[in-house]
Amino acid sequence: MASGEEDGTVEEKETNNKKRTKGAIATAWLTFYNIAMTAGWLVLAVAMVRYYLQKGTHKGLYRNIARTLKFFQTFALLEVGHCAIGIVRTSVIVTGVQVCSRIFMVWFVTNSIRQIQNEESVILFVVVWTITEITRYSFYTFNLLNHLPYFIKWARYNMFIVMYPLGVIGELLTIHASLPYVRRSGMYSLRLPNKYNVSFDYYYFLIIVMLSYIPLFPQLYFHMLRQRRRVLHGEIVVEKDE
Amino acid sequence: TARKAVVFFEVEILDAKTKDKLCFLDKVGKILPSFSLYWYPARQSIRLDPKGKSLKDEDVLQHLPVGTTATFYFRDLGAQISWVTVFLTEYAGPLLIYLMFYFRVPFIYAPKYDFTTSKHWVVHLACMCHSFHYVKRLLETLFVHRFSHGTMPLRNIFKNCTYYWGFAAWMAYYINHPLYTPPTYGEQQIRLALTVFLFCQIGNFSIHIALRNLRPPGSKTRKIPYPTKNPFTWIFLLVSCPNYTYELGSWLGFTLMTQCLPVAAFTLVGFIQMTVWAKGKHRSYLKEFRDYPTLRSPILPFIL
Repeated sequence: MASGEEDGTVEEKETNNKKRTKGAIATAWLTFYNIAMTAGWLVLAVAMVRYYLQKGTHKGLYRNIARTLKFFQTFALLEVGHCAIGIVRTSVIVTGVQVCSRIFMVWFVTNSIRQIQNEESVILFVVVWTITEITRYSFYTFNLLNHLPYFIKWARYNMFIVMYPLGVIGELLTIHASLPYVRRSGMYSLRLPNKYNVSFDYYYFLIIVMLSYIPLFPQLYFHMLRQRRRVLHGEIVVEKDE
Repeated sequence: TARKAVVFFEVEILDAKTKDKLCFLDKVGKILPSFSLYWYPARQSIRLDPKGKSLKDEDVLQHLPVGTTATFYFRDLGAQISWVTVFLTEYAGPLLIYLMFYFRVPFIYAPKYDFTTSKHWVVHLACMCHSFHYVKRLLETLFVHRFSHGTMPLRNIFKNCTYYWGFAAWMAYYINHPLYTPPTYGEQQIRLALTVFLFCQIGNFSIHIALRNLRPPGSKTRKIPYPTKNPFTWIFLLVSCPNYTYELGSWLGFTLMTQCLPVAAFTLVGFIQMTVWAKGKHRSYLKEFRDYPTLRSPILPFIL
């Protein structure tokens, strides 16, 4: 009777409270995460500018920032986790692919093939990544704090138009430059015969990776363009009504 | 003499996305779905709710929850292709492709190996098993399976063929390679692998026959499958989709027989896909049948 009803509402209140606390913890963690990442990439940007101003050349710049870059780019793996447990509403696969391609570039191309570390193309994509990530993480941070300055929103949805193709060019040129060294050293490759009856040629693998940019890049680019139209176009409609 | 009252319906069909009126029929006693040659029946999805499930061919207008004016929503499912066509194409590919590698057709391996055969007897055995497997699948598609859907979207044939043909080429390349390394534990390993493979092939076939016998020809009824006199079907006590269980077993046998990593990869990917399908089938059995046996798991007894 009365006690039965009370039990029901008490249980409901408890689950609602649990949900609210979980939501608050998630928001707190995400805010901390995005602030930390914004700070990390800012540190990277400052270090690069300082190096160039002091030395006047880009040679040796990569070695100088390598550890910081590897740390913060690898840390981004957490974002896949965020999607998986549902505190961020993006597809796990899309985030996974994006983070993995970055990790691949950093650990399996620039980190392991030292001869290409002074290439200009490396600087190109690192600079592009830095600008993109600072914009992206500060966008998320301000969003979570519910105070999004328009210029950050503008930057997030407009800079990619130029940054994205530039980044792709930097990455492709870098992989291309690494090919002769990979071929000569036979790194990361497995030859026949072996007891697993499989072979792997890193040289051809890199060529396939380069070719895969052809179908993948336009898809991601047009996805961002569509998102941009939806976010910025929606804004215009509201203003008209007022 | 009493006169039978005939109920006539008014039917309007709207496009599910744009809500444009496509067709209006008044005084409908019987509705025939083919109102266009381009949108052949298999491609049409007619539903009561724009985002809802499609109505079936067998649904009768009078038995649907509509008033005397029925509004249906039409959705174009895209170009369709029959399941039989897809199955035959996706299975014929691996059969022929593997044989090309087995016979060492030119331009695959170094020219001095053209049209030679492997010196390892396990390679010949593997070719027989692989070919048997796909011939069995082709014959089952033609003579055993009863499909509930006639068609699937056209793009599926490209996706499926890439998967089957690609993996077949990848594994065939290594098994039939001049530098192929036979299994570490030799004859013992191969004999065990062959036993597992054959056992699971017979099992898989038994399940397909049992499922076929559940459904009378031309019907699309669904019933709970139960173990029959054939011992290979007793696994129904523990598993909802034993055809997938046996299929996994067959490929594990083939992996053991060839000791080839690409085969292991193919087995793993297939297992993941079949688990997804088995879980879906298991869930729909539970939803449809109140008395569905509780001991059964989707694909692996007690585990998955």
